[in-house]
Amino acid sequence: MAVMTYRDALKSALADEMERDESVVLIGEDIGLYGGTHLITDKLIDRFGKKRVIDTPIAEGGFTGAAIGMAMNGMKPVVEMMTWNFSFLASDQIIQNAAKLRYFSGGQVSVPIVIRGPNGGGVQLSAQHTHSLEGFYGQFPGLKVVAPATPEDVKGMMLTAIRDPDPVIFMEAGALYGTKGEVPEGDATVPFGKARIAREGSDISLISYGRQVNLLLKVADQLAKEQDVQAEVIDLRSIRPFDSETIIESVKKTNRAVVVQEQWRWFSVASEVAAIIQEHAFDYLDAPVERVSGAEVPAPYARNLEIAAFPGVSQVIEAANRALYRKG
Amino acid sequence: MATTHHTNETPTDVASNGTAPTSTVSPETLLDYYRQMVEVRLFEEAATRGFRQGKVGGYLHVYIGQEALARGFLDAFRKGDKTITAYRDHAHVLFQGGDPKATMAELYGKGTGLVKGKGGSMHLFDVENGMWGGYGIVGAHIPLGVGMAYSEAYRETGNIIQLYLGDGAIHNGYFHESANLAGLWGKDGMCPCLFIIENNQYGMGTSVERATANTNLGSKFDSYAIPWEKVDAMDLEAVIAVAHKAVDYVRETGKPYAVEAMTYRLGPHGAADFLEQYRSKDEVREARKRDPIGLLEQRLLDLGVTDEEAMEKIRAHAKELADEAVKFAEESPEPDLSELTTDVYAPETGLI
Amino acid sequence: MPMMIMPKMGDGMEEGTLLKWLKAEGDEVSQGDAIAEIETDKVSLEIEATESGTLARLLVGEGDVVPIGQPIAQIGADDGSVTASATGDAAATTALADTGADAEPTGQTVVNLKSDAEASEPAGAGASTATSVAPAATEAPVPTGGSGNGRFRASPLVKRLASEHGIDLTQIDGSGPGGRIVKDDVMPFVTGGQKQQPRAAQPEPTPVAAQATPAAPAAEAAPKIATSSQVSAPARHVGRPEPVLRDLPRIRRVTGRRMAESKQTVPHFYVTAEIAMDAAAAFRSEVNAQVPEGGARVSFNDMIVKAAALALPQHRDLNASFEDGELYDHVNIDINIAVALDGGLIAPFIADADQKSLGAVSRASKDLIGRAKNGGLKPEEYQGGTFTISNLGMLDVDEFIAVINPPQAAILAVGAIVRTPVVSGNEIVIGQRMKLTVAADHRAVDGAEVARFLQTVRGYLERPMTLALG
Repeated sequence: MAVMTYRDALKSALADEMERDESVVLIGEDIGLYGGTHLITDKLIDRFGKKRVIDTPIAEGGFTGAAIGMAMNGMKPVVEMMTWNFSFLASDQIIQNAAKLRYFSGGQVSVPIVIRGPNGGGVQLSAQHTHSLEGFYGQFPGLKVVAPATPEDVKGMMLTAIRDPDPVIFMEAGALYGTKGEVPEGDATVPFGKARIAREGSDISLISYGRQVNLLLKVADQLAKEQDVQAEVIDLRSIRPFDSETIIESVKKTNRAVVVQEQWRWFSVASEVAAIIQEHAFDYLDAPVERVSGAEVPAPYARNLEIAAFPGVSQVIEAANRALYRKG
Repeated sequence: MATTHHTNETPTDVASNGTAPTSTVSPETLLDYYRQMVEVRLFEEAATRGFRQGKVGGYLHVYIGQEALARGFLDAFRKGDKTITAYRDHAHVLFQGGDPKATMAELYGKGTGLVKGKGGSMHLFDVENGMWGGYGIVGAHIPLGVGMAYSEAYRETGNIIQLYLGDGAIHNGYFHESANLAGLWGKDGMCPCLFIIENNQYGMGTSVERATANTNLGSKFDSYAIPWEKVDAMDLEAVIAVAHKAVDYVRETGKPYAVEAMTYRLGPHGAADFLEQYRSKDEVREARKRDPIGLLEQRLLDLGVTDEEAMEKIRAHAKELADEAVKFAEESPEPDLSELTTDVYAPETGLI
Repeated sequence: MPMMIMPKMGDGMEEGTLLKWLKAEGDEVSQGDAIAEIETDKVSLEIEATESGTLARLLVGEGDVVPIGQPIAQIGADDGSVTASATGDAAATTALADTGADAEPTGQTVVNLKSDAEASEPAGAGASTATSVAPAATEAPVPTGGSGNGRFRASPLVKRLASEHGIDLTQIDGSGPGGRIVKDDVMPFVTGGQKQQPRAAQPEPTPVAAQATPAAPAAEAAPKIATSSQVSAPARHVGRPEPVLRDLPRIRRVTGRRMAESKQTVPHFYVTAEIAMDAAAAFRSEVNAQVPEGGARVSFNDMIVKAAALALPQHRDLNASFEDGELYDHVNIDINIAVALDGGLIAPFIADADQKSLGAVSRASKDLIGRAKNGGLKPEEYQGGTFTISNLGMLDVDEFIAVINPPQAAILAVGAIVRTPVVSGNEIVIGQRMKLTVAADHRAVDGAEVARFLQTVRGYLERPMTLALG
């Protein structure tokens, strides 16, 4: 075990995989000489050369499409979306080509591509540069969508992603690049489709992924301290494939659930989680499933507005108290 | 037929400034290609009948009038090369050796179809024969072809990509982003991609004149420092000559090259395009005089390698093949329902 | 021998209407000749012969709606011989072959077989979503027994626990929002620490509430939660034969859909009037006495059509259509006559009935009814119309109420002419009386106007010479 940042854990996964497999290349805007906007790929161009760390013009549709072409034809490209906000320009390629090629070619073509980048808001980037797109990409069959929250997971899931034979949407918690955690040495892959119980508890299930997992841990501590409520915190990690089993087991135990997400409420991951719970654990529910989501507005700029627009400790505590039938 | 080069990077071996290339193709090969073109023509007519009967679903775009184009460029195709095109894709499959029966079965939505009944007319793939797909979104396959070319160079295979696109796709952002990448990567010999504009004069119902102020479509490649030329794609021999020059250049240099191939869509845009209000019957009638199959017939008669009787036999045989393909398609079983959920993810992942 | 089919001309096309034959049986046609005009959901267009030869047989009639791929004509060899069909699977049958035969000028109402009649309705959406986001905490507290607002409230978990442990939830106070019984409320009974005591002076839960949540009251031998299939299965008598599923003819489906739509969305109201038909009967006998043997005799229905046609220009509100929230006045008077067919109803119309003489109305009516029976109506003869008359008089019906033929504003239902004692001066005599009932769309017209319309109609029918003058 070594303690490292989320950023370094991610970078080490990329470098290890490039070392191991020559078909792995990186492609994106300013990932080479510049070092990457978030320094995820810093100095990798020196180590692997410009044929493997490919700086592109600012043209997401074109270079994402080209990377899909590479993936179809024997390579394993890892595309950096400087931020996922720019992926709308590439979403036609991701959805219409990457996700569907295996199917409409009758299984003749695979697209082993990883598209990665920071996701979510919280640093005053305002409307066009703040999105949480897990629900959006999670909608499309043919894609896999993951959102690791810890250094250990970001490394282990990136190793899995690069080796996966299908397109993987890899949503990093941009706000967590600098956070530290223990990361196992060596080839410690983390499987997709398996949620992580970040904290065990018996009274209520708090469910999220990405940077909200840390928020939930904070909420759980506060509930324990102030109300003697033991909350179970579940980190979904993988949006598609989805680990229904862990969620259902937890809710059967606690009888209550709060799902938290930064994205908008309507047609979202939390909506899906709530639906899964009522389908499979209806007779175990003692209260309606609560959702805490981003405000239904484009992301604002001013700091106070931005804080109000995203789930915070108090909103999650309130939701938990509603589910617990407590005044709080 | 005139060829033109508008670039500062004209390869010396194709700098033929305005003179028509002479065909090196033998009369026997020409006759064989004539046979194939007639077979494709009758296949497309049979497919249209299938559509009218309600047996072919979805959209159906046929290659009638453009046969010399794909047949000509594929003369320079070598095993390991790959083609990629948009949705007018039946002819590429057939000229590359694809099975007409499996192709027709795909149009009929049968389990014996080329892609198991999962793609239909717009998504024909025959990867074994180097045909990497039909794509349904105009322009969106162009970056795929460029990326595939990068991979050939990266893996040092010596193979090239023949990337077919319609005149309509030139105005699409993907074309410009991809051509820019191709030119850029070509500087390092990392993009062995031959762009082939199938300029059939119409992007769906919008003529080139109504789509762009610069109708000299090949010149769009000038912006990306990609050499290009124009060819009369109703003339099979002219296409073959240009194809070899272009393919050789791409293969040797790892750089992209482009050909604007002038053709004409004698049929409708798609089977549902029955009004054709955007062009006159006279225009089509006039264009029919330069039907590539008709031109080739005349050429073969002039060369003395065939006669009316032999050509009639070829047509009769082509009709038999088309009928056989239809019969096979009609008699084939529908896809097994279990196929609904396969090929969404790789089988080993156990996901559907 | 080649068979011409109804061609698919667009990706969404499933059927086409053969509007008009441009060639007749026996005509020589060349490949490319226009032989028929068809109509799709998008356009009308001419279709061309796919072969050259003699047009041996036309297999569908004008106005027929034909599924794509079905044969519409045979093109024979030049000698006109007709041999086996080229397309093996397509039988030479027409789409609506069974809509003819046994038609009567009767029946409640009407079909407009528009080409889009089968188009699916957009599914309603979103109505239930709003409630799901409303926080439960905002609901008014209902303190006892979980049965506020007639709805029984207990969390799903509690219902399961109650069922498993035989707990009568009606005896438990809910502490959750809106009086919902939650886990904490029942746990004392589950763990056995507390025994249930019948609650004194508590009202029984309402039967409605108990039915709404069948799993809840444990007292009822713990019924299982009904599955959706159990809930939706039609009620049937155990031990009696299963009903047989019948193929719904297209015309019946269309009628059903349009009538359901009419009855559900149009605010119907009804006005009935009794008309003295003595003079009308005498007039009719007189007129028909003039008709030569085998000639077309004027029917009572013809007279009613004519009377209505003359009355409508004076009562425009009834000759209107309410469509998409807008009211349209029709300048023409086109009267539909409902005709019962074996498979359903159809209502061809007599165009400009107010302009036609009684004789012309009568001839037009007989022609339309005759062709309706034989399936020979053209779409333009039954698509449209401005006012509908439905007559069940010949079936000895005293009076009845018809459903409005949308988007029209009104429909007139005609009962039988009955001989009945009536007061004439100070005497009771035998009179001939007929009841007319108008069903009208209250968005387009009010009751008084309908009553005045019936008065006008009465005027014409009770002074029938005016029908001949008008």
